[in-house]
Amino acid sequence: MIQTDICVIGGGPAGLQAAIVARELGARVLIIDDNPVLGGQLIKQTHKFFGSKKHYCGIRGIDIARILSHKVEEMAVETINPATVIGYYDDDSIGVLKHDSLFNVKAKRYIFATGATENMLTFENSDLPGVYGAGAVQTLMNVYGVIPGKKALVIGSGNIGLIVPYQLLQAGVEVAGIVEILDRVGGYYVHAAKIKRAGVPVYLSHTIIEAQGKETVESAFITRVDENFKPIKGTEKRIECDMILIAIGLSPLCDLLYQAGCQIQYIPELGGNVPVHNEDMMTSRPHIFVCGDLASIEEASTAMLEGRIAGASAFQTISGENSNAQAVIKDAKSELSIIRKSPFEQRIISGKKKFKKG
Amino acid sequence: MKGYIFEHPILKFSRGKKVKFYFEDKELEGYEGQPIAAALHAAGIRVLRYSERYNRPRGFFCAVGKCSSCLMEVDGRPNVMVCMEPLKQGMRVYRQKGRGRLR
Repeated sequence: MIQTDICVIGGGPAGLQAAIVARELGARVLIIDDNPVLGGQLIKQTHKFFGSKKHYCGIRGIDIARILSHKVEEMAVETINPATVIGYYDDDSIGVLKHDSLFNVKAKRYIFATGATENMLTFENSDLPGVYGAGAVQTLMNVYGVIPGKKALVIGSGNIGLIVPYQLLQAGVEVAGIVEILDRVGGYYVHAAKIKRAGVPVYLSHTIIEAQGKETVESAFITRVDENFKPIKGTEKRIECDMILIAIGLSPLCDLLYQAGCQIQYIPELGGNVPVHNEDMMTSRPHIFVCGDLASIEEASTAMLEGRIAGASAFQTISGENSNAQAVIKDAKSELSIIRKSPFEQRIISGKKKFKKG
Repeated sequence: MKGYIFEHPILKFSRGKKVKFYFEDKELEGYEGQPIAAALHAAGIRVLRYSERYNRPRGFFCAVGKCSSCLMEVDGRPNVMVCMEPLKQGMRVYRQKGRGRLR
């Protein structure tokens, strides 16, 4: 059994920041991640991030991943990857599977930063190969340099639904259009403007009803919807494409938290079922902390700040109150409150207020 | 090799050495260490398995080891998540039918 002070599960923006802070404060830290390289989903983000200068605004996601993983290496944070945490046990240890070997890790505190998974949408033939998560295509294209297909139709116009088509164009792939069920684009205006400039059609008040193809996607049928989001007969339109990219949202990956007995609450504003946590990112079990998309589906910038809070809070619950840790928490909380002033973040603020007390 | 991006305005791709592997006993080329699913996709193979009950074709969905849509038989082992499993020289990869079988 491997023992450590703080074990961070997930080496994305939130987990890496948590690990860096906890290590800086003096804890022994172990990161477990299922990828061969650290950085989580940042490793496929070619766009520049917003937020404050102090926290990597204006830098591409791929470069933030490099900076953070280099820091982790420099500071001698232990890492086990690629490896999967497969269970949380009654003795408060976790099971880790690396290649074909299974072993236990026991930490004084756990920080879960497992992130999220892409939501699926059901329509006729939605299981046909070629119906992919938009993030999945981003991975294939930006991490592994594989041409994902010839022509993509994107469903959903949140930030992922706007960024991925732009990246497809950069890689030389055609984009047939973006389909959005609402009467307005969901993501940031800057991303939407880029897409408009590139001449990609955006079908507002539309949804997909069917994919067609023999063994893989060859075309899609979309339709206009009424104010109750019901398809309007006679407005169906056939669109040629060999990929249908689903970008309708993400769900937090809280399986391990259920197993650990943490209280989970359904809060749509935060992305669905999320572990209940306080301002210091502590769950209903005081030795377990959460941060990033697991705590609320948000942005890499806020994930990093929550990670810093989780790292410092977890450290303080081991070592007692500490002025350096408190400074980190204070700083991150004030940065968070600035970012969350954005109208896009209002749902997060109201969502986080919904946690049951006690 | 076809199916790959070699020129990109922002990204540079570092790839492993070229290796040969087998898909349904047919010899293919890929780069060592890339996920098997990436090598197959680049080679134009998008159907990775057939579903258990209705025998419907399935491809990958999440590409990051979460959804289990891409399970294949690799070197005699069924249920291998090929979006995560690194490609090695000489690997034998088969489309999985249903729950697959041990070879």
